[in-house]
Amino acid sequence: MKHIVIIGNGISGVTAARHIRKNSDSKITIVSAETKYFFSRTALMYVYMGHMKFEHTQPYENWFWDKNNIELKEAFVGNIDTSKKILNFTNSETLTYDTLIIATGSKPNKFGWPGQDLEGVMGMYHKQDLEKLEKYAPDNKTCKRAVIVGGGLIGIELAEMLRSRKIPVTFLVRETSFWNGVLPAQESKMINNHIKEHHIDLRLNTNLKEIKADENGRVKSIIIEETGEEILCDVVGLTAGVTPNIDFLKDSGIELGRGVKVNRFLETNIKDIYAIGDCAEQHEAIGQRRNIEAVWYTGRMMGETVAQTICHKKTAYKPGHWFNSAKFLDLEYQTYGWVFSEKGKKENEAYFQWQHPVDLKCITISFDKNTHQFLGINTFGIRMRHEIFDKWLTENQPIEHVLEYLSDANFDPEFYKLHEAEILAKFNKENNTNILLKKKSWKRIFAR
Amino acid sequence: MKIIKQSGLIIFLIGLATFIGIIFTGTFSLTQSELDTFIKEKGFKSEVIKTQLKNTIVENKDLNIFEFSSGVTTALETSNNHYNKLISKYNSEKNWAKKGEQYQYKISDKPHSLSFTLAKKAGKGFAAENTALAWFLTFGLGIIGALMFIIPDVILLGKPGIKNDGIFLNAATNRGWIGWFAFIFLVTFYILLYFYPDYIVNWVYLVDPISISISGNPAGQWFLYGFLYCVVMTVMAIRMYIKYRHNKYQILRTTSVLFFQIVFAFLIPEILVRFNKPWYDFKNAFPLDYDFFFQWNLKELLASGGFGLFILVWGIVLTIVIVPVMVYFFGKRWYCSWVCGCGGLAETLGDPYRQLSSKTLLSWRVERIIIHSVLIFVLVMTGFALYTFFTQKGVVLGIQTQTIKDIYGFLIGSIFAGVIGTGFYPIFGNRVWCRFGCPLAAYLGFVQRFKSRFRISTNGGQCISCGNCSTYCEQGIDVRAYAQKGENIVRSSCVGCGVCSAVCPRGVLKLENGPEKGRINPTEILLGNDVDLMELVNK
Repeated sequence: MKHIVIIGNGISGVTAARHIRKNSDSKITIVSAETKYFFSRTALMYVYMGHMKFEHTQPYENWFWDKNNIELKEAFVGNIDTSKKILNFTNSETLTYDTLIIATGSKPNKFGWPGQDLEGVMGMYHKQDLEKLEKYAPDNKTCKRAVIVGGGLIGIELAEMLRSRKIPVTFLVRETSFWNGVLPAQESKMINNHIKEHHIDLRLNTNLKEIKADENGRVKSIIIEETGEEILCDVVGLTAGVTPNIDFLKDSGIELGRGVKVNRFLETNIKDIYAIGDCAEQHEAIGQRRNIEAVWYTGRMMGETVAQTICHKKTAYKPGHWFNSAKFLDLEYQTYGWVFSEKGKKENEAYFQWQHPVDLKCITISFDKNTHQFLGINTFGIRMRHEIFDKWLTENQPIEHVLEYLSDANFDPEFYKLHEAEILAKFNKENNTNILLKKKSWKRIFAR
Repeated sequence: MKIIKQSGLIIFLIGLATFIGIIFTGTFSLTQSELDTFIKEKGFKSEVIKTQLKNTIVENKDLNIFEFSSGVTTALETSNNHYNKLISKYNSEKNWAKKGEQYQYKISDKPHSLSFTLAKKAGKGFAAENTALAWFLTFGLGIIGALMFIIPDVILLGKPGIKNDGIFLNAATNRGWIGWFAFIFLVTFYILLYFYPDYIVNWVYLVDPISISISGNPAGQWFLYGFLYCVVMTVMAIRMYIKYRHNKYQILRTTSVLFFQIVFAFLIPEILVRFNKPWYDFKNAFPLDYDFFFQWNLKELLASGGFGLFILVWGIVLTIVIVPVMVYFFGKRWYCSWVCGCGGLAETLGDPYRQLSSKTLLSWRVERIIIHSVLIFVLVMTGFALYTFFTQKGVVLGIQTQTIKDIYGFLIGSIFAGVIGTGFYPIFGNRVWCRFGCPLAAYLGFVQRFKSRFRISTNGGQCISCGNCSTYCEQGIDVRAYAQKGENIVRSSCVGCGVCSAVCPRGVLKLENGPEKGRINPTEILLGNDVDLMELVNK
């Protein structure tokens, strides 16, 4: 019987395993050194915040793996002998495979800052990071201040986590405004204000110079590059992005770039070895996507796809329209299609924007200046239907169509105040148009 | 703000301590003439109980409620024992005439109910005499303290949004020592309320003036319970308003359950009594209202003229037509979390415990077995009751109708719905009764699962499997199991509280009523992936 080994039990590896199991009775083994059972990485923050217990982050009960005949191996892969098809674990055990899927995910970036490996310095990525945080920042007496370096999604989540225990947080962000490499200025500014409302000491345009230790080798303070200011702190969170977690593959003969190089079928240069998820790097970018996509959804999609290939239905990874979502403290964000920041958008791309005068709600619609084709939408504080936007993107609808039927797309809970009329009024005014809002129609929403 | 909150907690605890302490206050004794009147009213013919009661509870004896209760229950027991002995004596002598004569002396009252009725006439002391002050020191301090504890959250919780910080780090909400204390308190409360009402007669004194002003009658234990229910729901509804102030669905839903509890379950029935009509809660549908078809109720309704008849027709139409039709359009939520009193308590007092419900597959299996057994039980019992009503035969298939009714009333009506259903909130989550026991919920569940427009829609491929939805589902539904597959949630047990949608950090879930077509949508590959692949695998 064919033995399929998957290194990594995150969303990519587990999705692949589940879909392989649906289509074959091959032996499947998932290898992980982090935890025995799959958990949702994105939910780790809620464990520290006390919203959940760790077991709540596990989407499947522990009997699930046995029932589906998926073996779980707790070990750390030291290296791979691709000619003999053997995994060598660091505990000197070995495991042979017929097919190998590398799904080892990412690890936090460290940019060679002095003091970056001191006690009390951590990322927020692995379960072990959570345990470290419990140790170094259990409350605001043990941790009098924490400094977070890097203004991305994990950074703001870590800030929210620490604030849930009333720990003072200084948040160093390299950019002139939070996440403005990705978000348009309107949204970025809204988040800046929201961060401050949560009593987080947000420092824009600020880089880390070094982390200083006390006599015991623990974090004592950090120094800011630009001003030389020293900030006393007990914990430093490094959240300046992630890189593929592939150090163990260095001498394996598998072609590596920043990640594991794969073709459209998620195959590496070596037969029977695939790579999926955060650690996979496409030779050539797919559409406007990045070569490495460290996002939950893309990991899942690659897992779904590679399973088909392994089960003899060779399938290329062809992701559909881009979508994503996040939550910045109390502020929900969703995006469908492509909306680039002012810095990143191309010449033909224009915005239509609307912002609520009081509430934390705004949208940016990106469209083609010349053809008026709808390109993408960012929403803050308003939920939207994935299916509807996916359909509009496929149909290449113009922005006017999107606005006319915007009521169909709203996904806010019942009785919430709706803003389509105001949004449309603003568009009509700015563009001298006279589009009338169509009433929500179940028929259209469920038309396939 | 923190000081206000902490002082509130102290005041609340003082109120609670006084409330518990007041049970032990007061003295209970009757005058001979009071006793004689009572015995005459009740029509007791037993000489034994007359003498016994005279010796134990009449005139100037400083009895506390426990001694008083013991006096009454012993008297009742002694009397019944006496006549039972005579019965067996005459039985063995085959003296049938004498034997038959003895039965008129037997007393069928429940010992603690009899004791309660007597104690209600016999009490002196703080609660009975300084009722207003006693009310303030118990209910008053409790309400003021609780509000002082709750209201500062407007500021302390910070910006509106989901505020579940520390719930699993807190001894009150994570089965810690506070949770276990709350559990013991609630269980004890329900045991006293259902089985030892005489022990809490002092509490009933506290609400006498309120009862008299509404219905014109002094309060009984059920008036106390109704009043306490409304007070607790109101206070905890204020907590809901603050916690979910960003969420209009939660605010409207909370207002609705509060309205139906205070107006329909509490005020209207008491006012009906004032006008000599039968006590009736118009929203309490059979089979939750399990004694609706009992002989005594049907007789009372039929004896109450046109109005009684109206109630009878309404009760039947409510269960057979209104309830299922509404479930078809809106899901069972219209009843369970917008109207129902049990749901109302669960959604207010119980909200802090919603995360404690078990999400395992095993508990789902147990749930289905138990809740459907209760439904079958109540239907069989009602069948027996109706048979007895129409034929006037007390025995069906060799089983006493009364026995079945007694077993149901004790096991389901009291133990399951009360002691376990609410008492276990702090341990098993806030919908123990609704999830495992309520026969009406089981009935609505069938409609919701098989013929309804209601579903919780999953938003394409946006789920990140974080598990907030499942964790905060009070009904123990593993919401995530569906959401992470891109499937809508269509489950018979969903009461539509809307909290899964509220706590979702990615905007994945929405409660909605839409066309039946496509309501249940099993998927393998989620939206966002290759369109061809989705078609290939999802077909």
